Amino acid sequence: MWKYLLKSIREYKKPSILAPVYVTIEVMIECAIPFITALLVNQIKAGCGLSVIIKYGLALLVLAGLSLNFGRLSGTSAALAASGFSRNLRKDMFYGIQSFSFENIDRFSSSSLVTRLTTDVSNVQMAYMMIIRVAIRSPLMLIFAVIMSFIMGGKLALVFVVVIPMLGIGLYVVIRKAFPIFRRVFRQYDALNRSIQENVQGIRVVKSFVREDYEKQKFGSAAENLRGEFTRAEKILAFNGPMMQFCLYINMVFILTFGAYTIATTQGLNFNVGQLSSLMVYSFQTLMSLMMLSMVFVMITIAEESGRRIVEVLSESSTLKNPDHPVYEVQNGSIVFENVRFRYSEKASRMALERINLMIRSGETIGILGGTGSSKTSLVQLIPRLYDATEGVVRVGGLDVKAYDIEALRNQVSMVLQNNLLFSGTIAENLRWGNPEATDEELRAACRLAQADDFVSQFPEGYATHIEQGGTNVSGGQKQRLCIARALLKRPKILILDDSTSAVDTHTDAKIRAALREYLPETTKIIIAQRVASVLDADRIVLMDKGEIVAIGTHAELLQTNEIYREVYESQNKAGETK
Amino acid sequence: MKPKQLYQKGTMKRLLRMLFSFYPVALPLVLLCVVFSAMISSIPSIFMQNIIAVLEQNPGAGWPVIGPQVLRLTSILAGLYVLALVSSFTYNRALAVMTQGALKKMRETLFQHMEDLPIPYFDKHPHGDIMSHYTNDIDTLRQLISQSLPQLLVSGVIVLTLFSIMLYFSVWMALVVLGGVAFMLFVVKQVGGNSAKFFIRQQRSLGKAEGYVEEMMSGQKVVKVFCHEKEAGAAFDAFNDALFHDSNQANKFANILPPILMNIGNLIYVMVAMAGGIFLLAKAQNVSLSGLAFSISIVVPFLNMTRQFSGNINQVSQQLNAVIMGLAGADRIFQLLDESVEADAGFVSLVNATQENGEFVESETRTGLWAWKQPQPDGTVRYTRLTGDVRLQNVDFSYEPDKPVLSDISLFAEPGQKVAFVGATGAGKTTITNLLNRFYDIADGKIRYDGININKIQKSSLRRAIGMVLQDTNLFTGTVLENIRYGRLDATDAECMEAARLAGADDFIARLPEGYQTMLSSNGANLSQGQRQLIAIARAAVADPPVMILDEATSSIDTRTEAIVQRGMDALMKGRTVFVIAHRLSTVQNSDVIMVLEHGRIIERGSHAHLIEQKGKYYQLYTGAFELE
Repeated sequence: MWKYLLKSIREYKKPSILAPVYVTIEVMIECAIPFITALLVNQIKAGCGLSVIIKYGLALLVLAGLSLNFGRLSGTSAALAASGFSRNLRKDMFYGIQSFSFENIDRFSSSSLVTRLTTDVSNVQMAYMMIIRVAIRSPLMLIFAVIMSFIMGGKLALVFVVVIPMLGIGLYVVIRKAFPIFRRVFRQYDALNRSIQENVQGIRVVKSFVREDYEKQKFGSAAENLRGEFTRAEKILAFNGPMMQFCLYINMVFILTFGAYTIATTQGLNFNVGQLSSLMVYSFQTLMSLMMLSMVFVMITIAEESGRRIVEVLSESSTLKNPDHPVYEVQNGSIVFENVRFRYSEKASRMALERINLMIRSGETIGILGGTGSSKTSLVQLIPRLYDATEGVVRVGGLDVKAYDIEALRNQVSMVLQNNLLFSGTIAENLRWGNPEATDEELRAACRLAQADDFVSQFPEGYATHIEQGGTNVSGGQKQRLCIARALLKRPKILILDDSTSAVDTHTDAKIRAALREYLPETTKIIIAQRVASVLDADRIVLMDKGEIVAIGTHAELLQTNEIYREVYESQNKAGETK
Repeated sequence: MKPKQLYQKGTMKRLLRMLFSFYPVALPLVLLCVVFSAMISSIPSIFMQNIIAVLEQNPGAGWPVIGPQVLRLTSILAGLYVLALVSSFTYNRALAVMTQGALKKMRETLFQHMEDLPIPYFDKHPHGDIMSHYTNDIDTLRQLISQSLPQLLVSGVIVLTLFSIMLYFSVWMALVVLGGVAFMLFVVKQVGGNSAKFFIRQQRSLGKAEGYVEEMMSGQKVVKVFCHEKEAGAAFDAFNDALFHDSNQANKFANILPPILMNIGNLIYVMVAMAGGIFLLAKAQNVSLSGLAFSISIVVPFLNMTRQFSGNINQVSQQLNAVIMGLAGADRIFQLLDESVEADAGFVSLVNATQENGEFVESETRTGLWAWKQPQPDGTVRYTRLTGDVRLQNVDFSYEPDKPVLSDISLFAEPGQKVAFVGATGAGKTTITNLLNRFYDIADGKIRYDGININKIQKSSLRRAIGMVLQDTNLFTGTVLENIRYGRLDATDAECMEAARLAGADDFIARLPEGYQTMLSSNGANLSQGQRQLIAIARAAVADPPVMILDEATSSIDTRTEAIVQRGMDALMKGRTVFVIAHRLSTVQNSDVIMVLEHGRIIERGSHAHLIEQKGKYYQLYTGAFELE
């Protein structure tokens, strides 16, 4: 897994290598300092002259300066390496997602992709910075400090042989016990956040059913569960501090007692006061590094889960491939479905489309009707190759859609999606998604066709009006009309409107269709609708049910021959009369 | 960097007051333990000084002489250590328990307050921002309460104790340390200030990048359809680079602060050693609280104290970012807590009743008969039967003071009538219904429910008397059955299923993998919009309210299914007042009265036949659908 992630380091290899090198040097100097101070202390004790003190002092000054500089360098390199690494990770993921097919997109929820790109990458960044710095520093510190202690204290340093494994095992046990609980805690945390989100979004429902107290109670018990689990985990972690202190205290008492004993029995020959002082510093350093090491361990374990989620995205490859020798020109707007079957995933037990055979001439207007879940959308999504047919062939302009360059195909097949979106930015910016080079006049022309020019012109800032995220500051009907205009700007050979006028009033809806017929006679138009009125005037109407085409014909033909069509038509238009 | 801009003055005080109010007895006790154990951890230098002094005073005396004295000292130290360990263990555990307890109370307070906030609050604040109070802000508080604040206290106590001991040993040498520490603090302010500044910036650029990613990820399919991948990537790069820059700076300053401080600590250490040596050489006159003369037994423990001293300042400086970010988080939480809750001056309540000899008698159990309970000024109580008679008189309303949304709306709905609102988006249809249940309060005019001004009715009673099915359906995590039961918590399974049958939802629910026990998650993502609406209708049906508002409740249901739902609804609506909003005219045709709204005014009213006859706006809308025939 890490191998996959580390590919994204790229230009940050240098700081990634330098950081541990600097850290190593820093640690060596840092360990030398107490050693030299011990010598100085002994010199002072022996009653040396001023010159000796200054000599030692200068040496220590230089060492501290060096250590500071290497510390600064290692800190800077580690920050650069880790933030650079995370920048590349985010970039690789985002670009990877851009190359996803619809099928890939369906596999990840958008909120999980956001978490992966933000929180998960931040976790990996933290862990990476710790690995190239603290994870190098702590063990080195531990080793150097122990070696120095043996040089300094001789047999006295044997206390470390007892204390270090004791603390090590203690820390290990604590982490092993606490970690599974933490995992559970994070899941409960997600659940709690989900319920908050539901309340924020559904506050009108909560209030209109007067369920505030009920929700408070529900939340209270969820929060209590979280508290319970969290407390259990934190109580175990609370052993860490006292454990560390315990080991440190043992060291102190031992070193003071036996240090004094050694000094007394050997007349200060084998061991002296300066060494005693340094030994105490080393014992603190040793235990501190062990503590840091356990923190790194925790950090890496947390990051591992995040890393796994990132790799899932990075290793996902698009299910749609551009052909080796793509065709860039779409001849005309004719569409052919030949024995097409389709299902969304290999695991799906049910085919979304069955036995689809359909020929559409270039320039024809086709209406598609069908109940909820009759796979109208699935059918049209195969035309711009948003999905590939599971069996059979879909042809556009006489060629299999798989023969075209995907981008060229999609530029000629313009589709207004059912759940369409505008993005934050001005109206003009949004429209130019259709054609980045479109002039202002072209924008207006497209909007006139989509019956959007009138209301846009009425905005104080016209086409420069800012659209909020998700287009919340325009009405549903206005949004749909802007989305149609955006699709028209592509000047496509095929235009697909997937229930794109559901929030537009019938009158305007009719005007849009009339405009399309008049000004885009060459373009093949496919209109999916709930309202019969929206497709009445189509050249042919395709009636779908449960993934199959059940009837094709003009309005008049279907009204005569098809029971379902007649029923739908009557439910919409004769309601007033039947009462 | 000025922390003042990041959070209000007094935030720390308010936070501490809140924590103490959660644990008025336990918290001071725990803090006492913290102080005690911090003090103990700074005293070994005294024992070291004593032991060295013993060694100094008895040169070559051998263990039999020195031993007992040393052992006496170390056993006292060991005894103190045991006490310190006990108190440390106690406070660590207690802090863990109390932090989580405090956070839970914080979350609950926050949630309870939020639930009582008026609807306009949720309109004005992006949902992501409200959510982040529970995620980011509480997280920064966790760090602050469980780690930063105790660490600050521990380090503060240690630093103070050490300084006292230093003064006890030697004032001159303490001054040397003090000079060094002043320099250290100066560096902390410079470097640490930068680090905090960039951490806040990093947080902001992370937020911006997250906002962009969120928008793009939810619109990924549109991006694909428009082949907009390259542009999306380029825009992302800009956000990503800004985030990289801030993150790099923030971490750089945070990373270099500890080595800088540690080495300044080393320098102070060297200076103290040299000063000690020079004082010893010069046989300088010592000034100290203890009256001890200069000797090696003072210099050596002094060196260890110096290290501990600067180490603790280093510790404190590393908490700086967490403290500033925690206080900024606390400030944001307090801002939400300071929002005023929905005002409710209503005194009329809704009660179950039975009728005896023409008089209403309040009943504890559900009787199917509801009455308004109106306390009178003279102490008596008047009961009025709930019938569902709703009248609006000259109602004006605006969301923002100078932009009227509704003007001079008057209408009446008699019990059992079906009233429809028709009009373009933005004409004010939804707004009218939001006034009925007082999601918003009217600016002028009167709304009466069964003759009672709705301002006098308790909001909870009013809303219980009005059922709502909204255009955007919100379902909750739980089973289908639980979601339907949301309408009336004491409804039996059979009642819920009957409601689903009435709503026409029975058919598709039966086909779900686990029927009524199927779990719904993320707002029923596994259902189609139409199916969600059917469940919402069932939910309202089980609530059994006398007045019902259907706001585009069937907009995503295909017309065939709608016809089925309609039959059930018609049965359900019998004897109830219903307000219907729909742009699909077939949905509203059979209403008793249809109101056509334009720019916040009612421009036409009447039955379908009447309006068609009038050949006004409604006629145009209606015939618009047939224009092409």
